[in-house]
Amino acid sequence: MKVTILRFPGTNCEFDTEYAFQKLGCDTQIVWHKEHDLQSPDLVVVPGGFSYGDYLRSGSIARFSPIMKEVGEFADRGGKVLGICNGFQILTESHLLPGALKRNENLHFISKHHRLKVENSDNTFLQKCEKGEVLNIPVAHADGNYYIDEQGLKELRENDQILLTYCDENGNTLNPNGSVEAIAGICNKNRNVFGLMPHPERAMEEVLGSADGIKMLEGFLA
Amino acid sequence: MEIENIQEVLQAHKLSEAEYENIKSILGREPNLVEIGIFSAMWSEHCSYKSSTKYLRGFPTKAPWVIQGPGENAGVIDIGDGMAAVFKMESHNHPSYIEPYQGAATGVGGILRDIFTMGARPVANLNALRFGNVLDKESIGRYQRHLVRGVVEGIGGYGNCMGVPTIGGETSFDECYNGNILVNAFSLGLAKSDEIFYGKAEGIGNPVIYVGSKTGRDGLGGAVMSSDSFTEESKSLRPTVQVGDPFTEKLLLEACLELFQTDHVVGIQDMGAAGLTSSSFEMAGRSGSGMIMHLDKVPAREEGMTPYEFMLSESQERMLLCAKKGSEQEIIDIFEKWDLDAAVVGEVTDTGNMELFWHGEKCAEVPVDPVSEEAPVLDRPTREPAYLSRIAKFDLNAEEKIANQDAYNKLISSLEVVDKAWIYDQYDSMVQTNTAKGPGTLDASVIRVKENGKALAMSSDCNPRYCYINPEIGGALTVVESGRNVAMSGAQPLAITDCLNFGNPENPEVMWQFAKATDGIKQACEKLSTPVVSGNVSLYNETDGISVFPTPTVAMVGLNDDEHKVLPSSFQNEGASLYLIGETGSDFGGSLYLKELYGKTEGTLPEIDYEKELALWKLVIEANKAGILNAAKDINVGGIAVALSKMAAISGKGIDAKISVGDERDIFSETFSRAIVETNDDAAFEAKAKELGLAIEKIGTVGGESVSVNDVSIDLGELQTIYYNRFKAVIEQDL
Repeated sequence: MKVTILRFPGTNCEFDTEYAFQKLGCDTQIVWHKEHDLQSPDLVVVPGGFSYGDYLRSGSIARFSPIMKEVGEFADRGGKVLGICNGFQILTESHLLPGALKRNENLHFISKHHRLKVENSDNTFLQKCEKGEVLNIPVAHADGNYYIDEQGLKELRENDQILLTYCDENGNTLNPNGSVEAIAGICNKNRNVFGLMPHPERAMEEVLGSADGIKMLEGFLA
Repeated sequence: MEIENIQEVLQAHKLSEAEYENIKSILGREPNLVEIGIFSAMWSEHCSYKSSTKYLRGFPTKAPWVIQGPGENAGVIDIGDGMAAVFKMESHNHPSYIEPYQGAATGVGGILRDIFTMGARPVANLNALRFGNVLDKESIGRYQRHLVRGVVEGIGGYGNCMGVPTIGGETSFDECYNGNILVNAFSLGLAKSDEIFYGKAEGIGNPVIYVGSKTGRDGLGGAVMSSDSFTEESKSLRPTVQVGDPFTEKLLLEACLELFQTDHVVGIQDMGAAGLTSSSFEMAGRSGSGMIMHLDKVPAREEGMTPYEFMLSESQERMLLCAKKGSEQEIIDIFEKWDLDAAVVGEVTDTGNMELFWHGEKCAEVPVDPVSEEAPVLDRPTREPAYLSRIAKFDLNAEEKIANQDAYNKLISSLEVVDKAWIYDQYDSMVQTNTAKGPGTLDASVIRVKENGKALAMSSDCNPRYCYINPEIGGALTVVESGRNVAMSGAQPLAITDCLNFGNPENPEVMWQFAKATDGIKQACEKLSTPVVSGNVSLYNETDGISVFPTPTVAMVGLNDDEHKVLPSSFQNEGASLYLIGETGSDFGGSLYLKELYGKTEGTLPEIDYEKELALWKLVIEANKAGILNAAKDINVGGIAVALSKMAAISGKGIDAKISVGDERDIFSETFSRAIVETNDDAAFEAKAKELGLAIEKIGTVGGESVSVNDVSIDLGELQTIYYNRFKAVIEQDL
């Protein structure tokens, strides 16, 4: 399993993501945003951080980096892409995923462990999880307020593209940032591009407070 | 070029007549304006430590594990397996009061540069914040709450973007900070112990290279500004506050770390206070070199800037480096990859002089050594403060008695006690995936070290009330308390960095506080074998003649041999036993109890028993290694009742504790050298405590839906509501 992790100026989760996938036994490589070669990966991860300082709008400048053209073509060919946090923002800005991420409702950065409910496990990413399962995964973002219009939301629902929602320990909806329907993660219609605001790569070891991220990322290995 | 209005110029640069005479004798002629600017910056309190040097010289700075002590950009200690921890704490008090967001943000930016300029990747931040009375109903309270919101937003804005987790710290409030808040930022980085970089410029002909952001006019004269007290007019100082750009600093961090993988670098230093002046003089000074710089080659943000402005600008996100001759292009290529400016601006010489040129013409020439060596060292007068004899007479028994339950209710809702998630949730505390004990978990914060499987514990502490009523013991306690917090996580305390925040040094009573507090720190560091490896002094924290309480913040760093044995500070297992270690007296001097219930910061402090303190650390560290502890927490402000309540609120587990006390109020007493531990192995723990000669008392077992401590109690849910909601309600009341 070969994982390509992108690095933009301002990316800050590339090494965490590399460490997490290496823990799962994957070959990893970090690819600079000015490159044109994804180096034939099985999975491309757009990691978290503050690409271009989140100036203008989170993810809005990174989408124009040369490597994103390759990511678009890779995704069109059915290649698997995962965007985490700022990576999710970059993927929506690139129109590889529907919707947009707005400033959190309370206007503050939010960093904490949060519970997520698995809404759909019939996809590569969450196949090791059970539908309805509650996972404990860190969130850390200022712009995590997922927005999509009525029509888009209807399509997400109809195609089972809503993968994860924010909840409490018992699985009841608990919305930290104002996201539509408390959405934390989605996929595209073809189910090969995935995006989520929470950080599964930060939940790989009990010593850090949770290992629930393992069964999420392991989905890509199966 | 003769300066006409020399008196005005000297005054504007805060140089005395005597200092001016000294400058003339150093130069052998009249200085020009650029040179006056240089001397003014280098001899400012901020850069020269002229009031404090006398007292800092006595600090213990050596131990077998110390790789680099004070005098460099940051201190360095050995943490085994070829790894080193690089850390320092710095203040950004004056700017943060004037402009909270940018003041705090650039404080974080500055301390991060101090760490990565040493070759270390910053892996953890802490901050220690002191604000005034946020509960005030009028304008003071409104402004203070605005400052809290701005400072927190600024720290988060910078640290989060840098990808460095902010894993803990402390926040407290007192009227003495109404006119001067304190923002102290700590950062710790990791490096290989044989790959540390230093701020030196040596090797004749080696190029001096400027990297990072362009230079603008921002922060002009910031070091001089920070070396004075505030008056009513101080709000007009806003233009002296720098503006931060964390994205550029992130690029600078990555570019520097990439550069450090090559062997091109001779030395490197960040441009902090007094910008290009202090970085160039300090680098040349450490190596006994001279230097030539062509100021017209410095990348400029705006046109029409003068040599004076280039030398004194405090634009952020800049570094000066000395490289091996011939490596210039490769270095420039690395910075260009990261979209940063890099320019060869000068070279190292053997003249011992700093020679500055402007379009080929010499615009200043100053001998390097005398600027630092002949920087004034003052022996300012000291006088025991008049207030001390008055407040020492305080007698709790002469005051009207307050029912214990009423006292308890007041204390658990004190802003000093309640959870600060409103603050720390705004900081990314988990990036880099090392945070083993993060914010809000009480006592020390801990990261594991991926490279060697160990864990680093750190804690910043200061009790300003103690330092006010007894600066010497209060100063010593900052070391003791931060060390105790570190030990409670199972780590061995190793070394400290300090950030000494005081009032106006020209006031002999303030200078006396400074002398005593540094004496206390020195004693504690010696007794506890935790040397000082870096630090910072912030004076003139005074407004309209009122100085802040002496606030020598100390951050202790300790090492735990096993990342899997980090001890929590809250209840873990229902049914487990709780023990109190240490004896409880009636110690209320400077206590939270007096402050919250009587509005007083008075009384006296008992002596510190270092042997007992060390035995306490040893007991917890060894018992944790042996696997017989579930949790440990030190007892400090608010006494054992407050400590148990915090442990309960965080864990969601109750407790019914019975403690033997002489007076029923002693459950709030702040007697030193005490802790609470949780264990499932009473016999093994009791044996260990006996072996070390420590008094212990079994006070109860974990469990239940309420918290009771002797005669006070509260429903667990009610306690949690207060604990988790109170701070936000206060801080957001104006929104």
